[in-house]
Order: sequence, then C-alpha cells, then structure tokens
Amino acid sequence: MRLNPLIGISAIATLAFLYLPMLAVAVLSFNKTRYGLTWSGFTWDWYVRLFSNPDILEAARNTFVLALLSTMIATVLGTLFAIALERYPWPRRSQGFLENILYLPVVTPDIIFAVALVVAFGAFRMVSSLFEPGLFTMILGHVTFQIAFVALTVRSRLKSLGHDLDEAARDLYASYGYYVRRVLLPLLTPGIVAGAMLAFTLSLDDFVISFFTAGPTSQTLPLLIYASVRRGVTPEIHALSTLIFLITVLLVLASERLTRR
Amino acid sequence: MNRLIVWFGELTTPAKLYRRGLWFLLPAVVWILGLLVIPGLSLVALSFAERGQYGEVVWNFTLENYARLLGYGIFGWSPDTVLILLRSLWVAFVTTLVCVILAYPLAFFIASRPPRTRYLWLALVIIPFWTNLVIRTYAWQMLLAPDFPFAKLAQTLGLLAPDAGLYPSPLAVYIGMITAFLPFVVMPLFSSVERLDWSLVEAAQDLYANRVRTFFQAVWPQTLPGLTVGVILTFIPAMGMFVIPDLLGGAKYLLVGNLIQQQFYASRDWPYGAAVSLGLMVMTLVGLALYRRRGKDVDLV
Repeated sequence: MRLNPLIGISAIATLAFLYLPMLAVAVLSFNKTRYGLTWSGFTWDWYVRLFSNPDILEAARNTFVLALLSTMIATVLGTLFAIALERYPWPRRSQGFLENILYLPVVTPDIIFAVALVVAFGAFRMVSSLFEPGLFTMILGHVTFQIAFVALTVRSRLKSLGHDLDEAARDLYASYGYYVRRVLLPLLTPGIVAGAMLAFTLSLDDFVISFFTAGPTSQTLPLLIYASVRRGVTPEIHALSTLIFLITVLLVLASERLTRR
Repeated sequence: MNRLIVWFGELTTPAKLYRRGLWFLLPAVVWILGLLVIPGLSLVALSFAERGQYGEVVWNFTLENYARLLGYGIFGWSPDTVLILLRSLWVAFVTTLVCVILAYPLAFFIASRPPRTRYLWLALVIIPFWTNLVIRTYAWQMLLAPDFPFAKLAQTLGLLAPDAGLYPSPLAVYIGMITAFLPFVVMPLFSSVERLDWSLVEAAQDLYANRVRTFFQAVWPQTLPGLTVGVILTFIPAMGMFVIPDLLGGAKYLLVGNLIQQQFYASRDWPYGAAVSLGLMVMTLVGLALYRRRGKDVDLV
C-alpha cells in the first residue's frame, strides 16, 4: 500500500501527542525537586518512598484484590452467558432481549451507572448491612460492567469458530459434556483469556464506579491519585503513575501475544 | 405436544434444552438486572421525589426536578443548566469530530505497516488507552501549567497573560478529551481499514476520480462500520465524562457529569441528581437510536 507521506507524519505526530503526558510524568518522577517542575537532578528517591508509604501499599492491595475477584466472577458469568447466547437455539425475540441486556452495561454512561448503584445500595442497606460501601459493593459494581465485555469478547470468538466443529463433534457421537470439555473450551480459551484480561484492566483503570461505591476504608490507586491531584501532587505520585504505566505496557504486550494466535 | 430433537446424541425436547441453557444464562442476566436495570429504575423513581431539608429523600411526587433541569427555578428561568446540557453535547461532538479526523491517518498508517510490526503499532495506540484516565488527565494539567513550554510559548506569542497557564480552560478539556478517546476511534476504524477492498480504490483512480472523490466514494463507505462503532464509543462516554472537566475545566466549564456528581456529593440533592442522570440517559439513547438507523449490526467490541 502506498501512502501519502503526510499521512505518516500526521500519524506519528498523533502518537507523540498521545505519549507526551506519560513521558512528562515519567521524567518528573526522577526529578529531585519536591515542588514545582524545574529539573534539579536525577534521583530514585521517590520510588523508594513509594514502597514505604502504607497508604499507597494499602491502595495497591485493594486495587489488585478488587480486580482479581471481580475478574474471576465476571469471566465465569460472561463466558457462560456468551455460550448460552451463541450455542442454544433461542427464539428470535428472546435472543434480541438478551442482546439488549448484554449491551446495556456498555452503552450506559458510567456516571449514571455509578449513581444508580449508589441509590440501589442505599435501598439495599435498609434490608441488609451487607451493602455498606466497601470492597464488596465495589466488586458488585465492577462485575456488572465487566460481564458485558467478557461476554462480547468470548462471543466474537464463538462466532468466528462457526458451527463446523459442533457438527463434527455431533457426527462423531460426542456427548454434550465431552464436547464442552474437549472441543468448545479448548477452542474458546484464547477468547476467554482475552476477555478476562480486558475485564482485569477495566477494573484496574476504573475510577468513576469506584469513586461512587468505595467506602472510607477501600481506597484504590485511581482514587488515591485523584485525591492527591486535588490536594497537590507529590513526586511519589509521579513515581506511582510511571509504575502503573509500565505495568500497563507489559499487560498490553502480553495480551497482544496471546490473542494474536 | 413436545417435539423430540437430537442434541449431541441425546434424545431431548426443546423445553429441556432451554432449561439447560437457562442455567448458563441466568447468573449473568440476574446480575445485570439486579445491579443495573433495577437500580436504573429506582433512579427513575427517585427523580420524582423531593429533597428534604437535610439532604434526605422525601417521597413526595413532584415534577420540580425536571423543571429545574429545563432551567426553571424559584427565581424564574435561567439558562445555567440548559447551558451545561448543550455544552456537554457540543464538547462530545467536537471531541468525536477531532478524534475521527486524527484517527483516519493513524488507522491507514498502521494498516500500511508490514504484518509483522502492524500489531506492535496497534499496541502503541492501545497502551495510552489502558493507562489510567486520572493519571493521563493529571499529566495534561502539568503539561499545560504556566512554567511548561506550551504555556511559555503562548505567553511569548501574546496569547496568554504572563504567568498564566493553559489550564483550567475549555481548551484543556478538549485536549484531555481527545487524548482520552482517540484510541476508541482508531481501533474499530483500523479493523475496517484492514479489510478494505483496494480494487475499488484502483477502479476510482482508473476512472480519473480526484483524491477527495476517491476518498469519499471508494474509501469512506467501506470504513463506515468501524467508524460507527468508534463514534458511539466516543460520543456517549464523552457526554457523561466528569473526571476531565473536573480536573482540567475549572469551575466555569462544567459538563452534565459534574452536575450529577455535585448533586450526589456537595449539594446532597439526590432527586435532582437522578433527574439530571435521566436527562443524560435520554440524550445517550437518542444518540444511539440515530446511529442504529445507519449501521444495523453494530458490534461494539
């Protein structure tokens, strides 16, 4: 394909524009000055302090636990949902209803989603003390938006598989259990893994849902960063942001590897 | 009468089969109904209630929240909230438009890379998208600060007062929004561009179409499926965004998202907050319906 060089220049400039903010944060995370943006020498100090700051470690732990638990739940539910949607001969109208349910979490603006949860948890609390804002309510919220993304990813994999192998399995007298275990699940694994990684990163990245459903004891890293941006940023936050960025790069590269097959 | 069918060597009936499928389906559907649909409906109910003296909810039926949404208050009509709604639409529109304009060259550039490096380039677009939004927004705050080169340049050119920064400002909100949403347009657009039928482009060129015409008649229609997804994924969340205007816009450049957040925190007026949320939801659904008419089967992922 021949391209006008202007297209290449514009593309590279756009990419640079996307990376500029991260670059600036990374450079500043090695800056000796505590306040202000002037460069006064290289230091690892902020990274060292980062790992001795109990608030940040606590938030990191919360973020990770939240992402892990909600991803596990969402992956199971989303995968089952996708299989049911694609592999059972539902009547057309129920199929349409189910698809609308599936798209609902994707198209609802997350702020609406979040305040709806605030209201609902408020109502649930009148019945049960289980719904005090905290890790549990955050998991409930995260799973709800993750399910849809897992299901959509797995479903697109199911669609690209087609029905040939189903029919082959049937013709060769596989039972349904055998077919699921030995044919469907192995073939679906890349899709399930991709969906799970998507769900995991969505949870790590989420700010809005967590902001509204978090309790006083369940700070996550995005919430902590937001709070410090409002209060006045310390260089530890630069270091933290740089680390999160690096972890993201690794995750994306790993998932590219996995899904390319 | 029950029809018998064969399902993986088993003689069964459709009813039995559905029952089994239901076990796969039910957990996810119950979850979404219980934590999205029912909460959404309670939001509707709440929007017709009143705020009590201490910020509690009083269950008296009233349409006052919706009147306020349209700008009617105790002092008569004021354009403030209507302005915020229109501004949200406008910001979302401009953001989407600029993202589309920037995404085309990028999508074509990535598609033109050799297959071995193509996915690496795509990963380069995805990485900022996965980097936390709060971090990226904060990074722009810093880059637009008074003693950073961008603001310095604007100061020397006389566009800014000396010692002034480029944030908080509407411009900063646009920059934040565009960097946040660009990957959402690039990714689906790229998948359309990758599948482009180039023989149509050649045909257009053989028939002496100029570049503009070639683009609009041979390329653009083929990229519409991807473009539609990109536009939906950008326009809807851009309208409800509250982090970016909060951190980059300053108090004078609020969007609907900020208005909602204020009602649930600072003002503690949940019923009004619920009404504003429904206003946003209606704008979202209208936007979606307009697009549904264009591209029928829209896959969002």
